[in-house]
Formats: sequence, structure tokens, C-alpha cells
Amino acid sequence: MVELKPGARFQSTVCTTEVIVVKGAGEADLTCGGAAMVAAGTGEVAGAPAADAAEGTLLGKRYSDEADTIELLATKAGDGSLGVGGSALAVAQAKTLPASD
Amino acid sequence: MNLMMLLEMAANGLEDRVAVGSVDGGLTYRQLFEQAGEAAARFRADPGTKVVLCDESSPAVPVALFGAAWAGMPYVPLNYRLPDDDLRSLAERSAPGVAIGDDAGAVRLAGVDGLTAVTRDHFIGDRSGGAPATESGDWSMDAEDIAVLLFTSGTTGAPKSAVLRHKHLVSYILGSVEFMGAGEDEATIVSVPPYHVAGVSAMLSSVYAGRRIVQLPKFDADTWIDTVEAEGVTHAMVVPTMLARIVEALDARGGEPLLGVRALSYGGGKMPEPVIRRALDLFPITNFVNAYGLTETSSTIALLGPDDHRVAQYSDDEGERARLKSAGRPLPGVEVSIRDDDFNEVASGEVGEIFVRGEQVSGEYLEKGSLLNNDGWFPTRDGGFIDEGGYLFVQGRNDDVIIRGGENLSPGEIEDVLLTDERVKEAAAIGVPDTEWGEKVVAVIVPAAECPGSELPDLVRSRLRSSRVPAHVEFVDELPYNDTGKLLRRVLRENYAHLGDDPAD
Repeated sequence: MVELKPGARFQSTVCTTEVIVVKGAGEADLTCGGAAMVAAGTGEVAGAPAADAAEGTLLGKRYSDEADTIELLATKAGDGSLGVGGSALAVAQAKTLPASD
Repeated sequence: MNLMMLLEMAANGLEDRVAVGSVDGGLTYRQLFEQAGEAAARFRADPGTKVVLCDESSPAVPVALFGAAWAGMPYVPLNYRLPDDDLRSLAERSAPGVAIGDDAGAVRLAGVDGLTAVTRDHFIGDRSGGAPATESGDWSMDAEDIAVLLFTSGTTGAPKSAVLRHKHLVSYILGSVEFMGAGEDEATIVSVPPYHVAGVSAMLSSVYAGRRIVQLPKFDADTWIDTVEAEGVTHAMVVPTMLARIVEALDARGGEPLLGVRALSYGGGKMPEPVIRRALDLFPITNFVNAYGLTETSSTIALLGPDDHRVAQYSDDEGERARLKSAGRPLPGVEVSIRDDDFNEVASGEVGEIFVRGEQVSGEYLEKGSLLNNDGWFPTRDGGFIDEGGYLFVQGRNDDVIIRGGENLSPGEIEDVLLTDERVKEAAAIGVPDTEWGEKVVAVIVPAAECPGSELPDLVRSRLRSSRVPAHVEFVDELPYNDTGKLLRRVLRENYAHLGDDPAD
């Protein structure tokens, strides 16, 4: 389990994926490639993503849960896919604001 | 959070796409990342604690900005248009640190105690001194660290340093820009100076979106148009005075539309309606955006989008046409509220002070701390209202500052000079709408003795910069004051609005 709060960063332990929390609070069972994620910069990467969690995480995409209570931004891409509490996170709809500066 | 996180993502995702400069020979995202790392090593080796910039737009701007973030030092761009004494005073306040300037800027900052002056050419040209960038960045991820210090224009006293922390700027970018949202063929022209908040946010937004930055160091309408065409520019941000000049220049060239510009945003002051209406004709398929924001809010907090502009252009409905004067709606994640003097929220359509709240809102100065209230609301000092459709209308500074050509003028400074003439008993300087400059200065005088009106502008010209010179001098028997003796500038502005040439008002 890890503690979610906006700005917190986590890394995968089975691939190169890193994320930053955009939205979310409290404890969560955050996984990447089927393995628990740890605070960025604190874990080794070993092994490979589980077969059912290997669709990959794309750089710069936002991932959210079904209830839209958690949103993660991928700051590094990897082969594992993200999950919370056993459910996969899906790519969130991109924002379509016009450029202002 | 750190600004470098944004550049690292771009370097990983975009690699060899050009970030800054021409398609041939420009700096790629990977190269910008490497140069930021080298700059950080140089900054860390200096005993100073800040990175000062006294340069026009150049590739040194993004390298210094991101290098400072990597090194964990605040980036402090100075207004190189200030007179020597004022510039050196700000530089002294920013010391100790490394100062990067063009040749003129480096000379002007030479000898400031505690500043190590480096020329731009040496900074980005001679890369032998910097250590190679480490593959994985070793920047601090403490979101509370100060990323940027921007001096305000100092209209109500000595300039203050607005504090923008990494959390404010990163929140702004993550909340308003889609990563790699720009196509490979897109380029944005940056004509605002580096010391303006839009000059900072343009670097961050463009890098995160993957949109190539084309820098225009000295704005001139014809150069702007020529650069847009030569560099394949698709996006632009301008202040109202620039757009007025661009419109004039296009008309002088025969009124041919500029079709390559896909998006044009404007902000930083009041846009005269005739200018924006003519611009909509001259950029017939461009997406216009009116962006409202402040230094203390990390740039844009509300915007009027492209569709609203075109509706307002073609509609016969007065309400829809009036939207052109609106700043649109707040960004997602930003709350805007209109409050009266007792901090009560007013009904839609009623005028009050604009308050804003959100993660990108800093509202903090180095000299006087945070101005946010307990609930996080920042008083903008701008007056305005929100209509029933949720559109924000900004009515100008509550502080009575005159904004001419994007420059904030202090009425008091002009009045002080006028009052040195013994024939002047009382003086008030106000701004009235002006198509070219946004506002122009009108001096209202209570004379003590007969005084030819033509002599007073000359007096101001002899003492202050030309932007402060009154365009009109009016004589009255008395000035309007309230019960407590406070000059009612609002009344004067209404009385002399007819001297302005913005008929839409």
C-alpha cells in the first residue's frame, strides 16, 4: 500500500514506468505490471510485468480509475500497465483547452 | 514537482524534434535537456543562489530557466528596458548569483556585488566548462522550492518580487496543456519579453506540448509577419498593442489574410474592440483566444475560446457580440469569484473585485509574504463581473494604474511632476481608452495661475519617459473627491472618456 496525494511520485518495480499523482488521497494498492509500486527512486527494477498487466504505460498520458477518484500522469513510459486494488486504470480523456501562451 | 520534470518528459518523448529555433539548426528537446544539465553544473559551481537573466528572447532563456530549476536556484529575469540605475538596483537585490546577459546586459550588470556576469554567447556557446548532464536528473522534487521570481513593474512603490514555486507552475502546465499535444509541424512565435510571466509560461507550455518555439527579440509588426511566414509559425501570443500594430501592417500590405496562423491568443491588457474585430477579418480561419491572468497566478486563469470569438464576430445579438469584451470562463481547476468590500460574493452581473483560487495561484511576494486569505483566495485588485452565462468581464485595475502599451504607469509619478510647476494647484493623471495603446494619459489640472496647456506635457517629457507624457491636458475649477478626501479617479475617467477614441465604449 502507498499513500496517495497530489504531487507524490511512484515507480514500477518490474519496468521503467514512473507516475505522479494528479488526483487522489489516502492509502491505495497501486500496481504496475501486477507488482506493487514504490516511492520513486526507492526501488530496484527486476523481473517482468505479469502477462495480464503488460499492455504498457504511455509517456504523458493520464490514467484514472472507473470512479474517477484517482488520476495519475505517466512521467516515464514502461511495459507494465497500471492498476489500483486489482482493477486496471484506463487512459483518461485528453483535455482540449486551446493554447493560451 | 520540478519544472525539469516537464522538460525530461519532452526529451524522452520527443527526442530529436526541434524545441527552440529554426527547423534547420534549432535546439532539439534532447539538446535543451543536456544544455540545462550543463548550465545547472555551472550554476552550482557558483557561490551564488540565484540565476539572473538580463537578455532579450534568445536560446539562453529556456536554458537558463530549466538549468536554474535543475540546480535548485530561483530564475530571475530582469527588465532590460529599465534605466541603468533601476536595473542595477534590481540586480543588487537579486545577488548573489550568476547573471546571464547579451553583451549589453552583461556590461550593465558588471561590477554588481555578488553577481558573476556571463555573456549569452559564452553561456550557450562555450560548453566546455559545463559537466555533461547526468542521465537521470538529480534535481530536487520539493514542490515548495522557488522556481521563478518576477519583479512587478513597481507602479505603487518599489518593485516587488512575485514568487512562483515549482508547484504553481507545474500545476498550471499539467492543468492546461496536453503532453505532446502539438503536431510536429507546429511552431509558436514568442514576442513577449522573458521578464513577463507570459514569457515564462510560453517556454513551459510549448516544451510540454512539443511545439517549436520561434523567438522574436524586438517586436516590430512587419518583422513579426515576415517571421510568421518564413518560419511556418502556426501559433502566437501577443499583447493588445502588438495586435493593433500587426493589423495596421497587414492593412498597409493590402489586407491579405494571414492563413498560416492556426491559433492566436492575446492578453496582458484591455483589447480595443475595433482592433480585435479587424483582426478576426484578417485572420479568417484562426482560432482566437483571449487569455486573462496575472503574474501572481502563473499566467492564464480564464480564457475566451475560438468559438465565442466567431459567434461574436458574426452574430446580430448584442449579448453575443459583447462577449468579445469578456475574458471567458475560468480554466478547469481554477475558481473565480466576484466579492464586494466585505468579501461577500455578489450576484451575477454585479461589479466587485475579482478573487481567484487554485493550485496555480501563488499570490505571494518575497517582501510581504502570501496575500492569500485563509481559504486560499487571492485578491487580484482587478474589478469585474460575471454574467449569467458564466462569462468573466474584467474592468481594469482597482488601483487606478494606467496601462499604456502593456506598460503600467503610476498616476502619482506623473502628478508629482505636474505639481512641481507652481502654476499647478492640483493635478490628476488618468487613462482613457485608446485604440493603439489601450489607454493614453490625460492630465486634469486645477490651475493656480494662468498656464498654457502645451507647456505641461513638455515638463513631463523633460523628467519622465515618453510613455508618461499626457496626450491631453484639461483644466477644471475643482477635482472630485469623496468624504475622506480621496480623489475619485473613476469619476474623472467617465468625465473624460470622450477624449478616448475607442467608440465601442
